Amino acid sequence: MSPGSDGRSADTRGELNRPRETLLAITDYRLAFDSFDGTAQVLDGVSLQLAAGETLGIVGETGCGKSVLARSLLRLNPAPPARVVSGSIQFEGTDILTLSEREMRRLRGRRIAMVFQDPVSYLNPLLAIGPQMTDALRGQHAAAREAQPSRAEARARAAALLASVGLAEPERLLASHPHQLSGGMRQRVLIAMALAGNPALLVADEPTTALDVTVQAQVLALIAGLVRDRGLALLLISHDLGVIAASCARVAVMYAGTIVEEAATATLLRGPRHPYAQGLLAAVPDLDRPDHRPRGIAGSIPNLLRPPPGCRFHPRCALATERCRVEKPLLRQVAPGHNVACHHA
Amino acid sequence: MLSRRTRLALWQLGRSFSSMLGLGLVLGIVGLALLGPWVVPYPDDVAGAVNIAGKLQAPSAAHWFGTDEVGNDILTRVIIGARLSLLVGVGITLAAAAIGVPLGVMAGTAGGVVREAVMRLTDLFLSVPGLVLAIALVAALGPGIVNAMVALVLVWWPGYVRLAEAKALSLREEPFIEAARVAGASRFRILWRHVLPNSLSPIIVKMSMDVGQAILAVASLGFLGLGARPPTPEWGAMISIARGYLPDWWWYAICPGAFIYVSVLGFNLLGDGLRDILDPRSNRG
Amino acid sequence: MTALLNATGLAKTYALPRTAFQPARLLQAVAGVDLALAAGGTLGLVGESGCGKSTLARLLLRLVPASAGRIVFQGQDITTMPEAQLRPLRRRLQLVHQNPGAALDPRLTVAQAVAEPLIIQSLAKGAALRDRVAALLAEVGLGAEFLPRFPHELSGGQKQRVCIARALAPEPALLVLDEPTSALDVSVQAQMLDVLADLRERRGLAYLFISHNLAVVRQVCAEVAVMYLGRIVEQGSAAQVFGAPRHPYTRALLASVPRLGGSVPPGDGQVAAPGDGQVAAPGEPPNPAAPPPGCPFHPRCGMAVPACRSGAPPALVDGLACPVSGAG
Repeated sequence: MSPGSDGRSADTRGELNRPRETLLAITDYRLAFDSFDGTAQVLDGVSLQLAAGETLGIVGETGCGKSVLARSLLRLNPAPPARVVSGSIQFEGTDILTLSEREMRRLRGRRIAMVFQDPVSYLNPLLAIGPQMTDALRGQHAAAREAQPSRAEARARAAALLASVGLAEPERLLASHPHQLSGGMRQRVLIAMALAGNPALLVADEPTTALDVTVQAQVLALIAGLVRDRGLALLLISHDLGVIAASCARVAVMYAGTIVEEAATATLLRGPRHPYAQGLLAAVPDLDRPDHRPRGIAGSIPNLLRPPPGCRFHPRCALATERCRVEKPLLRQVAPGHNVACHHA
Repeated sequence: MLSRRTRLALWQLGRSFSSMLGLGLVLGIVGLALLGPWVVPYPDDVAGAVNIAGKLQAPSAAHWFGTDEVGNDILTRVIIGARLSLLVGVGITLAAAAIGVPLGVMAGTAGGVVREAVMRLTDLFLSVPGLVLAIALVAALGPGIVNAMVALVLVWWPGYVRLAEAKALSLREEPFIEAARVAGASRFRILWRHVLPNSLSPIIVKMSMDVGQAILAVASLGFLGLGARPPTPEWGAMISIARGYLPDWWWYAICPGAFIYVSVLGFNLLGDGLRDILDPRSNRG
Repeated sequence: MTALLNATGLAKTYALPRTAFQPARLLQAVAGVDLALAAGGTLGLVGESGCGKSTLARLLLRLVPASAGRIVFQGQDITTMPEAQLRPLRRRLQLVHQNPGAALDPRLTVAQAVAEPLIIQSLAKGAALRDRVAALLAEVGLGAEFLPRFPHELSGGQKQRVCIARALAPEPALLVLDEPTSALDVSVQAQMLDVLADLRERRGLAYLFISHNLAVVRQVCAEVAVMYLGRIVEQGSAAQVFGAPRHPYTRALLASVPRLGGSVPPGDGQVAAPGDGQVAAPGEPPNPAAPPPGCPFHPRCGMAVPACRSGAPPALVDGLACPVSGAG
């Protein structure tokens, strides 16, 4: 299946020119983790918007808070230690931070679905795929207090879902146990389960990181096809800019719990404005340009227990001035649809 | 200034009520055992001074837990008994670990025939209930506190072999062991420098719990008349005699019984707490 | 140039445990691999998980015994050499692990970890040992303040630097790097590639560089071998293998890598999918315990002809194990 390039450029244009219905709006979201060592400010005023059917990638390095942010959308961060300091996460018009756990269950897996990095850990090794999928399907109806489908109906739907993610012989697959499947098949099964509730938003946290590169290409093509055919909105978390470039029309770069730059993917890849985004791009080795030597970013990520004042990137930044040391730069528009949080951009 | 690790450990311990309770009970018992001869109200009663006139008195201000059948202060004898019990409990545990851990680590790292031999012998010991085997051994060796200890060590070490072997087996696959091999380290060096130190956490936890169990086992043998003999102030032996005075002179059995209970509970809770600190993968609740 | 390391017909077969429903099976992790690496040379070993590249590395390091074949290192046959005799040679043949967190003993400080090979090989003691350890750390860009620290106090990149310093300690001639950057962030990976390039320049080290990241291999290696299901299917200079791949699997691998730079057409906001939307190789690598007959890649190959589906796997001829693609 070709992830149609026409559809994607339409996405980009839509983002830039035609405001669509906002599906998800994160506003000044701050999340802290309390621990023995003190309070880590893991997310520091994150704001993001995602329209229905839009694809947004979040890229950043270990500890930048991208996975914590993804989990926040389903309220999966265990609290304690996690503690919401401020902000709101509006999904389809309701602030999910104010929902009860019961209401949240109704949302999880139905309106918002999630796939994770390591498909093995999210499947019960002792159960065949069939019972796991039908249980999940029936459980969703129970959470929504709807009439549960019969086991046979649920099984038929499970088979249809498996077929829809490109798995051959779904009936045989339903009888298989997770260890009998390859890594790519397991991830497809989890994507099928994620689709069960007909979600409006798919959150994918490093969905291909555990997969081989040829299989990664297949799963990315599958996700791109689902986004196009079902009008899903996609929030894709990855450390790999290449993966995001292949799947997302828009990209946000995170550093130390803040979004430092957000733009159309092509724009960002061509001309990153934030020094960190520039550094990140310069660090990626390019298969097609062996003479281009990747450059690292000096220094290391800050300790979020004692984040640097002002811009959190300033200790590693060549452009840093006195202002960067005292005043936190806010995300501001430098061009239509292109936001940068840097005093010098 | 304590290191961050130590402070973290203390903080974790402090967060858990049951661990603090365990620590408190253990420290209390150890303190009593250490200070025993200086704090007990009737030091002379330890050796078994006879005071028939004052026998089997009910608890009073003078004798908080009453007196026994020869007129000795029960509290005095129980506090002094704590020294013996602790010494015996710690001794059995240390000796069992000293035998079991090296064998287990060796079996886990070596594999092959060595492992088979050690593990089958261990299985043989583990297939008989420990206390029953100990009773049989004491019966053969003759009663007495030293023979009771020997018997309990003989039935106790296989548990350490099992634990150390499992831990060593899992460590064998660790990249840092492979790294040591690449550096040219000998088998012995790998075992001594890398496997053993990294196996210690679960062993320390087990040792803490075992001290309580060993105290209980020694008391059981004493109760059966196979351990310490009167007038040695040993908790099990005291209960054994007190049994004859139930139910009318109930306080006689209560005092040593409560001490056994409290020390076993204390070491178990402490062991649980240590597990939470030492093993980061265990459930931290 | 004389070969520093020469392996011929190297193979490793594991016996899988017999289960209730299946007879005992053999898993051929590495099958008939020939490799040669010159002093100061760089050879990249690429392939997907389960292709046998890590097993091959461990065979060459004599961490697992070979089932067949011969390994000659610095002119000596080490295939079956007893461990005691091998120990002095181990100095020259060092390994850097994929996961630096697991490759360091959590109970040893940085100083102890780096000193260990020096102590084992009796290369230094006392003040000389301390100086050597500090110098090694300086060589990988770590200051003396790291000496008393424990692994859990270090970042991933710092741990990997310590691992490299430790591997350098006994003055190796060959460093086997098993996915040395795959656990690291991309900005740290770039630093590590710099460290490795500097070391090679300064010490004239040879690298056997194992990675699934083709772009990284292209940065580091002059020569590349592509493995699939225990066999080398294509081998040659990096420029040739990456620039003009001949084996269908190599082509699929290269086409699957998500691209950043070249694939963004100027002007519009369009981005290209991996392989321009064409899935380069359908399916997944087969189970090494039940390899398909004939060429192991034929079930996923677009060029497969009937001859590919039976007989022995094609041999590596002129750096290519594919008669079909080679003829065409």
